Amino acid sequence: MTAPIIQVKNLHKWYSGVHALKGATLDFRPNETVGLVGDNGAGKSTLINILSGTQAPSEGEIYFEGRKVSFKGPRDAMDEGIETIYQYNSMVPTMSIARNMFIGREPIKYGIGGIGILDTKRMAEESVQAIADVDLHLRSPDALVGELSGGQRQGVAIARAMHFKSKVMILDEPTNHLAVKETRKVIGFVQSLKSLGITGIFISHNIHHVFECCDRIVAMARGEIVLDKPVGETNMDEILDVL
Amino acid sequence: MKRLLKIYMEKPELAGIAFLVLLAIVFQVRSGGVFLNLQNLQGILGLLPEMALVAIGVTLLMICGEFDLSVGSVFALTPMTMAVLLEGGMPFIFAFSIGLCVALLIGFVNGYLTIQFNIPSFITTLGMLFVARSITVVISGGFPPLLPNGAIPKWLFTSYVGPGDLIRMSFVWFLAFAILIALLLSRTNFGNWVRATGGFLPAAQSMGIPTKRVKIATFMICSFLAGFAGSIQVMRLGAPLPSIGEGMELQAVAAAVIGGTALTGGIGTILGGIIGATLIRVIDNGLVLSQVDANWFKMALGALTVFAVILNAWLRKKAKSIKVETGK
Ligand SMILES: Nc1ncnc2c1ncn2[C@@H]1O[C@H](COP(=O)(O)OP(=O)(O)O)[C@@H](O)[C@H]1O
Ligand SMILES: [Mg+2]
Repeated sequence: MTAPIIQVKNLHKWYSGVHALKGATLDFRPNETVGLVGDNGAGKSTLINILSGTQAPSEGEIYFEGRKVSFKGPRDAMDEGIETIYQYNSMVPTMSIARNMFIGREPIKYGIGGIGILDTKRMAEESVQAIADVDLHLRSPDALVGELSGGQRQGVAIARAMHFKSKVMILDEPTNHLAVKETRKVIGFVQSLKSLGITGIFISHNIHHVFECCDRIVAMARGEIVLDKPVGETNMDEILDVL
Repeated sequence: MKRLLKIYMEKPELAGIAFLVLLAIVFQVRSGGVFLNLQNLQGILGLLPEMALVAIGVTLLMICGEFDLSVGSVFALTPMTMAVLLEGGMPFIFAFSIGLCVALLIGFVNGYLTIQFNIPSFITTLGMLFVARSITVVISGGFPPLLPNGAIPKWLFTSYVGPGDLIRMSFVWFLAFAILIALLLSRTNFGNWVRATGGFLPAAQSMGIPTKRVKIATFMICSFLAGFAGSIQVMRLGAPLPSIGEGMELQAVAAAVIGGTALTGGIGTILGGIIGATLIRVIDNGLVLSQVDANWFKMALGALTVFAVILNAWLRKKAKSIKVETGK
């Protein structure tokens, strides 16, 4: 077996009294797509928020490509190549597609101390390319994200993650509130991660979807990992049973 | 209609510009040609920078999703600090710099308290409104100091310049700051962070923007501009009154809103804030020229503010219902 790209060791998280994550230990292997399932409140978001740097673990360790890492913020995780598509879309509706593509990672022409003039030409060109690369057809990179449908927004979020050459892509319930057709598109995208050489972590409360596009299934309940098997060695009944 | 809405979404301050032109025509006719004559324009442009600089800062801060009700007090405190130091014999450049540092410090405290204790900036800066005003009165010692003769480089701040002495130097400063802040907001990554922070905070945070620092910096810019504007007024008047700038905080919010800035953050432009401030000045001046009872000014201001918010909300809702269609 290849060496894991992410190793999670004995991860705990307390939210002032609530023990949301109770010692999660888990490996993610390169190029594998893992489906993370569990009831509401099982701790799925907590686990991936720690992996994406938006929350700090109370206890435990994370290794990325064999190195021990501790993320101080989402930017640290992004710099390692971990991109996250959130359940509540991480787009600013009052800003254009091109601006959203580069939030926090804007290309600048001249600058001092990290503040500088935006390279708007490059932003427009690259966002058009990035959107076309994920097979999304939008008229203009200057359209406001607030004018897009939910599915189109997730498409832009995915295009953004792809553009920044992620090694690991985490999708936290990306299909919530989407129409059936748009859901199909997102699932198609998760299936394509493998051919792009990207490790995927796909969270969904719809077990059918997970079986459709994942190699391995990890089930969580009450803050613990209760099942971790390749898709071929388990079935829906067994998973429903442990949840 | 669709085209109009699209233009509006891209340039929300256009409605304000159209209204400004309309008002200028009305006042020009009503005043029998006095409104646009050189002397009256001189008067309007001489006072405009003070209000407009405050409006620029407040607009920027509102786009970042926060309020500053203490700008009127900072407008008084900064020049009072300067005047007290000048009276004590300190050279202008140091006295003025220290005054502006006080403004920056107040902006920092506003931002820090708001973020650290997670309270609405409406409340933090309401507290600061009273605190800064109180300090102003206390350091003035009850008798506002006169600015020592020759202590102020008038040629740099208040002298008339330009063709026909149309503008004061303060207008040049205002233009410089206006262009600088407008570029900062629209052309730099910092501006992108300001808009993202105010537009949708969770998204800005999850994309790794240092939203706390962005907010504190924006509070400081806002406070700095208010302090600078107050100093210009005091240099024009020649004496610092502890009561100047009272009510200015709300006029600045009105200016921002009239110019298309949303109260919820994320939407607005610096030009819009300036248009709003200009409209307020023009209404004030035009009513006087038209020999309307001056007490109608607040009525007009209030009606315009509410009207602008309703119009903006309605236009935005309309525009939202027009989805971007997927090409091909
Ligand atoms: N920011 C938070 N503050 C307090 N409690 C939280 C927070 N986030 C999650 N929790 C709690 O932690 C538990 C796990 O939540 P979460 O990780 O969101 O579950 P899932 O994503 O599987 O639905 C729940 O009991 C939830 O109420
Ligand atoms: Mg969740």
